[in-house]
Amino acid sequence: MTTSIHIKNNQPVRLSEIPVLSYEDFLDLNTRQANDVFTHCVLYFGWPVDDHIRLFCCMADDAKGTIMLSSARIPNGDLREYPSFTAKNLAFHVFEREMHEKLGIRYSDHPWLKPLRFPAETAQKGSTIENYPFYRIESEELHEVGVGPIHAGVIEPGHFRFICNGEQILHLEIQLGYQHRGIEQLFLQRKTMLQRNILAENIAGDSVVGHTTAFAGLWESLCGFVPGEDLLAARTIASELERIAIHTGDLSAICTDIAYQRGSSVFGRLRTPVINTFQIWCGNRLGKSLIRAGRNQFPLGNSIKNALTNLFDAYEPDFYEMYQRMKTLPSILARLERTGTVTMVQAEKTGAVGMIARTSGLMRDIRWTHPYLLYNSFPHQPIIKHHGDVYSRTQVRKQEITQSIGYIRDLVHDTTTTAGSAQQLGSPSPDSFILSLTEGWRGEICHCAITNNNGEPAIYKIKDPSLHNWLCLALAVRNNDISDFPICNKSFDLSYCGHDL
Amino acid sequence: MISDIKILFHQGKQYIPDITTVEVPGIFRGRPVISNEAADITRLVEICPTGAISPDPVSIDMGKCVFCGECQFAFPGKVRFTKDFKISSGTREGLIIPEGRDEPVTVHPELIRKEIRKYFGGSLKLRQVSAGGDNSCEWELNAAGNVNFDMGRFGIEFVASPRHADGIVITGPITKNMAAPLQLCYDAVPHPKIIILAGTDAISGGIFAGSSALDRSFLDKYPVDLYVPGNPVHPLTFINGVLDLIRNRQ
Repeated sequence: MTTSIHIKNNQPVRLSEIPVLSYEDFLDLNTRQANDVFTHCVLYFGWPVDDHIRLFCCMADDAKGTIMLSSARIPNGDLREYPSFTAKNLAFHVFEREMHEKLGIRYSDHPWLKPLRFPAETAQKGSTIENYPFYRIESEELHEVGVGPIHAGVIEPGHFRFICNGEQILHLEIQLGYQHRGIEQLFLQRKTMLQRNILAENIAGDSVVGHTTAFAGLWESLCGFVPGEDLLAARTIASELERIAIHTGDLSAICTDIAYQRGSSVFGRLRTPVINTFQIWCGNRLGKSLIRAGRNQFPLGNSIKNALTNLFDAYEPDFYEMYQRMKTLPSILARLERTGTVTMVQAEKTGAVGMIARTSGLMRDIRWTHPYLLYNSFPHQPIIKHHGDVYSRTQVRKQEITQSIGYIRDLVHDTTTTAGSAQQLGSPSPDSFILSLTEGWRGEICHCAITNNNGEPAIYKIKDPSLHNWLCLALAVRNNDISDFPICNKSFDLSYCGHDL
Repeated sequence: MISDIKILFHQGKQYIPDITTVEVPGIFRGRPVISNEAADITRLVEICPTGAISPDPVSIDMGKCVFCGECQFAFPGKVRFTKDFKISSGTREGLIIPEGRDEPVTVHPELIRKEIRKYFGGSLKLRQVSAGGDNSCEWELNAAGNVNFDMGRFGIEFVASPRHADGIVITGPITKNMAAPLQLCYDAVPHPKIIILAGTDAISGGIFAGSSALDRSFLDKYPVDLYVPGNPVHPLTFINGVLDLIRNRQ
């Protein structure tokens, strides 16, 4: 009997081809797989259909570049308590918390069914974001510090509850959900492709290219559309440009949080021409409206290519000069080194992805393991660091900027301007399952859809890398001074809206 | 020391000398103009992802528009987005551009509350509340204070506490989960206080309008002083809008 099927990134599969297992076999298969360091769970969710819930688990095999897909069926509104995946492997914790919160699935041995985002459609009536009981430790020596949801800076809302021993952080609990806009539900309610494309654009405004590329890849594959070389080149360049822009901005923000004004201003102003290049290209500084499923309204013409070349010619000398100077200042290194450390064991246990995984020595990069766009046409080598501290996260940004500039320069040089492909986007295939993975600047972005018998999406699931990585931040700040929390937070730069959806 | 001076020298001049007249590089989808040319109006209305285009009379509501430009791509002779970034309005109706109109959007001085003119002419301290914003408007509001746009030179600043603020700037469609914190923040601002809605999501809900996860009742309770459209708002749109609000004299 087949227990699972193996698919590739962006490969649609008929729903009927996905094997249905008993819950016990399903649990055993996936938790056993998760023990392999080259396998991690990209998505695990429940789809309520009539009187039952069908569970789907997608395990990415990073060595083979495939995704192992299996499913199980349990009754909806079941009072039975199920043994949890999380008890066997902590990385599943967010997915089971989501299912408990939204679908009311009960678990017998889940370590902490902490609410994930207090969604509009919740199975946990009476649980609201206002009355959430934070984890407490009774002690005369300890004190609590509550920060948020509204923060001092111009940033998104989230609550941080610290339990401190003097100036030291003993425990940090992060509570999110303030940004919940019901996006997954809106994907089903909005009926045109353009509306869904624009929804994808607004999941996280700093990862526009990452999320729209995932959406476009998913929709095009579902419609049997093969994007032309020009489309792929434009999207690959846009992805790398987004990485450069945000990494530069983050270096500025890290400098701000250690009160290094020069670095803050210089990296801040260096970001401006990068995002203005998006403006020149598509009329929006964050790349909104650049990526549309099935077409490219803003072809990669010679004027854009020249703009990119001129951008980097001016950017590089000033960027490296500033970075080199920053690296020579002991007062800066003292703040960055050994601050906010995530160990490799922690990263692996919590299912960390993207840049956070890579700075702790864990090799996770969708561009390398499950290539999409043009990433299999050149040898991409992920940048790995081993210390997992703020300094590693600073270094990796600088090195990824260098790498991305190289990729864009090569692509600009190699891509010949061709007319857009004449193929029209057809209609999505019915009763299908599809998974689309991209590597945004934060890490792996996952979009997944199941279509009904008319080809309309019956469920649409979105996963931002932040979903996994917020727990790493909570662990990283333990035993650090509370005054170092801002640089820890900034060096992670996780998304609130991407988590809350 | 010498390397620091070198760095300073290499930055050159970064600030924009006149933020009211500067031209945005490349393509910019600012104030739309609808020509009187005949077109398939039913299709034009259908194309808009957020229902910002009305058929009778033909008009675009910048408070609902996400500036995707799809109407212009489909009907280039009918709809044109100009590079005019001064699109803030003191009234909701001021954001609606009817067919045939090609004149600047203004914050009408006679409609600005007297207290605003009296107290905030010299400077303005604002508290920002992101209530479901996707971090694009927040980003651009931060950029408004960077060395390029340098909003601080006009005395306009974001402050850390509502108690130090003259008003609040709301971004995002206002989620249910942020409704209570938003109210708390507003209550903590001393009188007289102003409300600015920044971005299409805040003004109308944008692409999220009608979601069951939103609670926009806050906006039914209090008057809004300034609407700044955009997806996200451009720093130049924001700074010019706020300057019009506090510097306009009758």
